[in-house]
Amino acid sequence: MMTARRKWTQLAVLALVIALLPLFFPSGYYYRVGALIFVNALSVVGLVILIGYAGQISLGHAGFAGIGAYACALAPEHLGLHPGLAVILGAVVSGIMALLIGRPILRLKGYYLAVATLGFGILVSMVLTNERALTGGPDGMSVEDLGLRALLRDLGWRLSGGEFWYGVSGFVLLIGAWLALNLFDSPTGRAMRALHGSEVAASTVGVDVARQKLRAFVISAVYASVAGSLLALQNGYITPDVAGFMHSIEMVTMAVLGGVGSVLGATLGAAILTLLPQVLTVFAEYEQLVLGAVMIVVMIFLPQGLLPSIARRIRGRGE
Amino acid sequence: MDALLQFIFSGMTVGAVYALVALGFTIIYNASDVVNFAQGEFVMLGGMITVFAHQAGLPLPLAAVLAILATAALGVALNKLAIEPARGAPVVSLIIITIGASILIRGATQLIFDKQLHRFPSFSGDDPIRVMGATILPQSLWVIGGAVAVFVALWLFFTRTLTGKAVLATANNRVAAQLVGINTGWVMTLSFGLSAAIGALAGVLVTPITLVSYDVGVALALKGFAAAMLGGMGNPKGALLGGLLLGLLEALTAGYLSSQYKDAVAFIVILGVLFVMPQGIFGHKSTERV
Repeated sequence: MMTARRKWTQLAVLALVIALLPLFFPSGYYYRVGALIFVNALSVVGLVILIGYAGQISLGHAGFAGIGAYACALAPEHLGLHPGLAVILGAVVSGIMALLIGRPILRLKGYYLAVATLGFGILVSMVLTNERALTGGPDGMSVEDLGLRALLRDLGWRLSGGEFWYGVSGFVLLIGAWLALNLFDSPTGRAMRALHGSEVAASTVGVDVARQKLRAFVISAVYASVAGSLLALQNGYITPDVAGFMHSIEMVTMAVLGGVGSVLGATLGAAILTLLPQVLTVFAEYEQLVLGAVMIVVMIFLPQGLLPSIARRIRGRGE
Repeated sequence: MDALLQFIFSGMTVGAVYALVALGFTIIYNASDVVNFAQGEFVMLGGMITVFAHQAGLPLPLAAVLAILATAALGVALNKLAIEPARGAPVVSLIIITIGASILIRGATQLIFDKQLHRFPSFSGDDPIRVMGATILPQSLWVIGGAVAVFVALWLFFTRTLTGKAVLATANNRVAAQLVGINTGWVMTLSFGLSAAIGALAGVLVTPITLVSYDVGVALALKGFAAAMLGGMGNPKGALLGGLLLGLLEALTAGYLSSQYKDAVAFIVILGVLFVMPQGIFGHKSTERV
């Protein structure tokens, strides 16, 4: 049960962290890292809805991130659409795609669902890699600038690229977190959590199980898509790796690492896994070794994820 | 016609490797209900360890045996260190643990060995054998023969030996198996060792044809998984047929449609199968008990 107060506490914590973190940045480069963390956290918040609320798994959500990213790269070039509108177009396409494939896929459970979503993600990344004429193939393609920063500059507000994207990503993450937290205690959110507990029990009390699963899938796909779009826009460049298998795995790992039922945990998980390669740049060849070890150790010793495990420990001491 | 036969030969070769990977998946899945995403790394290790043991001066057969034993030991370690401590964890956690293990093994391999492509000589030379206008490499016969031999050996093991029957009993019902005195923990250890050894053997057999490097495991694991699911998860016969079918479909797609999208076949097939027959070709329908 989440009270309204707990919801606002979580949002306030998130907002404070986003606002105060730059005070500790030793250089402008950290704004870039922060923006990347927020973008990853956004797609992970989507997975919190799918995995944490509704109890379904997806190993192919990078596919939706890929659709969002390439919508931002392709739509301005071929349709003459403003990059900002391309974000929305990408989200709509991802949503429709999720609706179409979700219907048959979500009948499956456990490993079958995992491999079906995995197949979807890989097919998307394969199309992006192979359709060279359109997407530039494995080398990727450049993405048009949003134009918003130039607009702000004309208004007299000078921001570096890093600062600007830190602000935008942080703001979008806050909105995403707010929506996800609202969903938690809404009738839809309760229905999702009920079917997570037991599909049979949920359907006997009148929850349309298939429909609620599909909702969670579509919502999380839109989150991933918007995150992919933001990533494309802030990098100004995109490669098919954004849709790759490893990216899907990273997303799920971030979600489970922080604590899959919790929006704040999702942000924490995203922060840790995004920072890991940055911290290990000196030991680049150890990166995979450490990543793999972290995944195993956390799953064995903190199966609930970092945040809920830590919270329980603190609460346990207080009593 | 010649072209078709040629595609069938190459499809059978690749398919035999997928079948071996799928068999490895099946054994572990039956014993522990875990889908081991690190299965492809066993194949990679089989190839890599043989390469480096051979370079270090060991004769090829000895190097291959060493590689298979070392990989089997790693499979057992994986079970003891990562799977057993997480007993009863939800599917998502188990997926992350085995994917974590696969990333870990890949990372360790590139540190201990290197990132280069390697091969060692074929077992019976590289002169292609002509068959009705098409050609087949002697090494391909080794791969296909190896897959068939492993399948027959497993079949004998599961139907003719007490240990094999204990594994089957554990797969059917863990608690019931424990009640009749089967050491299910030991069955799991055995299954991981066996599965890793089969993976490594596949790696040894196929390296002279496809070469090996530290990162070949992911694609193999995904395709082997697709093959296992195509045949019906947990069914050894299904794994064998699923693997061969997938290999053939891939080779025919590469030959007649598009070589770029040959890797897509596995996933299109798997999506199609899951939509139409969610339990695979040989799978059983399961119902949830409330």
